[in-house]
Amino acid sequence: MEDLSQAVSLGTSIMAVEYDGGVVMGADSRTTTGSYIANRVTNKITPIYDNIYCCRSGSAADTQAISDYVRYYLQLHQSELGEEPEVKTAAQLFQLLCYGNKNNLQAGIICAGWDQHNGGSVYNIPLGGSLVRQPFAIGGSGSTYIYGYCDATYKIGMTKEECKEFTKNSLALAMARDGSSGGVIRLVTIDKSGVEREMIPGNKLPKFYDGR
Amino acid sequence: MTSIGTGYDLSATTYSPDGRVFQVEYAGKAVDNSGTAIALRVKDGIVFGVEKLIQNKMLVEGSGKRIASIDKHVGLAFAGLVADARQLVTRARQEAKSYKSTYGDAIPAKVLAERLSMFVQQYTLYASIRPFGCAILVGAYDKRGPQLYMIEPSGVSYGYYGVAIGKGKQAAKTEIEKLKLSTLTAREAIVEVARILHSVHDPVKDKEFELELSWVCDESERVHQFVPKDIRDEAETRAKAIIEESEQ
Repeated sequence: MEDLSQAVSLGTSIMAVEYDGGVVMGADSRTTTGSYIANRVTNKITPIYDNIYCCRSGSAADTQAISDYVRYYLQLHQSELGEEPEVKTAAQLFQLLCYGNKNNLQAGIICAGWDQHNGGSVYNIPLGGSLVRQPFAIGGSGSTYIYGYCDATYKIGMTKEECKEFTKNSLALAMARDGSSGGVIRLVTIDKSGVEREMIPGNKLPKFYDGR
Repeated sequence: MTSIGTGYDLSATTYSPDGRVFQVEYAGKAVDNSGTAIALRVKDGIVFGVEKLIQNKMLVEGSGKRIASIDKHVGLAFAGLVADARQLVTRARQEAKSYKSTYGDAIPAKVLAERLSMFVQQYTLYASIRPFGCAILVGAYDKRGPQLYMIEPSGVSYGYYGVAIGKGKQAAKTEIEKLKLSTLTAREAIVEVARILHSVHDPVKDKEFELELSWVCDESERVHQFVPKDIRDEAETRAKAIIEESEQ
């Protein structure tokens, strides 16, 4: 019964990687209320604008509310600007909300996308509301288990396919070790020509040593 | 074009029968009676020039500037009531600062021009406050290339390749139209600006003037600055020489 009074949390493993010409974003699909998996096929990668998406971790309600606000503000901004907004701008808006309301929020967000002025970019906005641009970013409870793997595997100048492999493998490892992450891997690739969504079901995840 | 709107011109909240708001038009007159200001959008930036008429021989050279920097990449030149324009400069700086703070990026010229337009227009709505008696030239050089806008006392604003306001605007416009702006560099443009301002200046009516020149271009590394003294003096000398040659 205590479980039902626990907040709905995106336990989560999320990730985004930049390559020359775009970004690859990935996430697991588990939402938990305590130890009950409320949704095993969650979509944690949400659109903010045509060319900008965000990966959400932390409180499901908080991150949904924040992304709705950012989507709204970005739309108004685009109307004034007259051109597609930059990823940097969306990230700045995320920071404004996450830092300004830091005492009342539990939200770790990775904002990534492609824009004409900067190409692919990835911005990490962790719990405190800081903003950091990184070539690749990992977040969520599952990310703690893959820092070593990611640092060892990442290379500058990877191609789109290499980035996808990197993301898939990293998330599979995180999902294997973190109880709050699991389900399917969702991948979103954004480049000049648009957005491509993929789903890798649980039985098709990359396999690593699991005792056998 | 010049007319008196007797009876319909006492407040900005009154239209004339032919649909004009005379108070706003009179504000425009304040601009037309002030020293000329011009700006050019060229291949590699924006160049500003102002004919600053010297009212008093005791004035310190360089004081009372008619060109201001808004953010690193934006310059603003004005003609008309100087005190009014200074208010707009303050407002522009606030807008630029707040834009950067919210959106993390330098304010694009188009957005700044629109925000200033809306601000200026508000002052044409009420009887209790008068319209701004100045016109401003807003020029920026950012990732979108060089952009130039002009905002009038009515709040109307347009984008320009070349624009002139103030006393000598008609003559200046004619000169500007002769230039091939898309192929000029900022270095070449400052000579043209100096030449045009010297040629439209009326030495009989207005005695002395100080030439203010500023730019934001590749050479200034996309930062708005007053043209460095040595380059400025060279341009002014060259401009005067061209005028003398053509008079001979």
